[in-house]
Amino acid sequence: MDVKLINPFIDATMYVLETLASTKATAGKPYVKKNGAAQGDISGVIGLSGEARGTISVSFSEKCIAGIVSQMFGEEITGVNDEVKDAVGEITNMISGQARQRLEQEGRILKGGVPTVVVGKNHSITHITNQPVIAIPFESQYGGFSIEVCIEDSE
Amino acid sequence: MDVSINVLVVDDFATMRRIVKGVLKELGFKNIVEADDGSSALQELKKDDFGLIVSDWNMPKMTGLDLLKAIRADDKYKNIPFIMVTAEGQKDNVVEAIKAGVSNYVVKPFTPDTLKEKLEKVLS
Repeated sequence: MDVKLINPFIDATMYVLETLASTKATAGKPYVKKNGAAQGDISGVIGLSGEARGTISVSFSEKCIAGIVSQMFGEEITGVNDEVKDAVGEITNMISGQARQRLEQEGRILKGGVPTVVVGKNHSITHITNQPVIAIPFESQYGGFSIEVCIEDSE
Repeated sequence: MDVSINVLVVDDFATMRRIVKGVLKELGFKNIVEADDGSSALQELKKDDFGLIVSDWNMPKMTGLDLLKAIRADDKYKNIPFIMVTAEGQKDNVVEAIKAGVSNYVVKPFTPDTLKEKLEKVLS
């Protein structure tokens, strides 16, 4: 996978959380995901299609997403409920949209699908692909979270 | 800006409807109706007179773009200001929405100030 494809997703993630929830996130070092890494309590997953195919996922711990959604709504949210699931879907959707807008500037046109939200303590997302999955850890004032990006190289 | 008008907020995600409604309420709008996709928005339009539609693009059953086209093709609704609020910021999307007669376009995520500015432009 072309590493130049990763930066738009990192930038998009920081921009979305800052704009939507006044949450400053800093990205750690990207790494190739091995089985079982990058676990979370709630994840949003979205498929990408067009000139290349792939998936991206965003995984949060319960504490982290509760902090972010509380900030978004201006009221205290303590755990994962339907509102939080809905918000994770929308956050994933926006990260996908923002990243694709940035990729367009580099001449890569991708379409985004409809997000799916997965909930469960310490689950891990499996991307069905023979391509490497790049995981990027983030830190925020509400705790850590991660994104995973997997895009097939276009010919 | 007349804040007594009825506003229809269309999005399949409750989160975004909540955020858009929050900005509208801050601006003084009180009559806000929600719909979760284009086809339910068309049902709501039959029930009352609306002075503004704020709609997402990607929704199941009927997209925001199809809703916009249906509205612009209908003499009863064609003059209602229509703001598209969407995660799709790619050039082709913006051009397609403009061709279909969108009044203004907001790319998600947005700050309350950005949405306010677009609302004021459309309703002034």
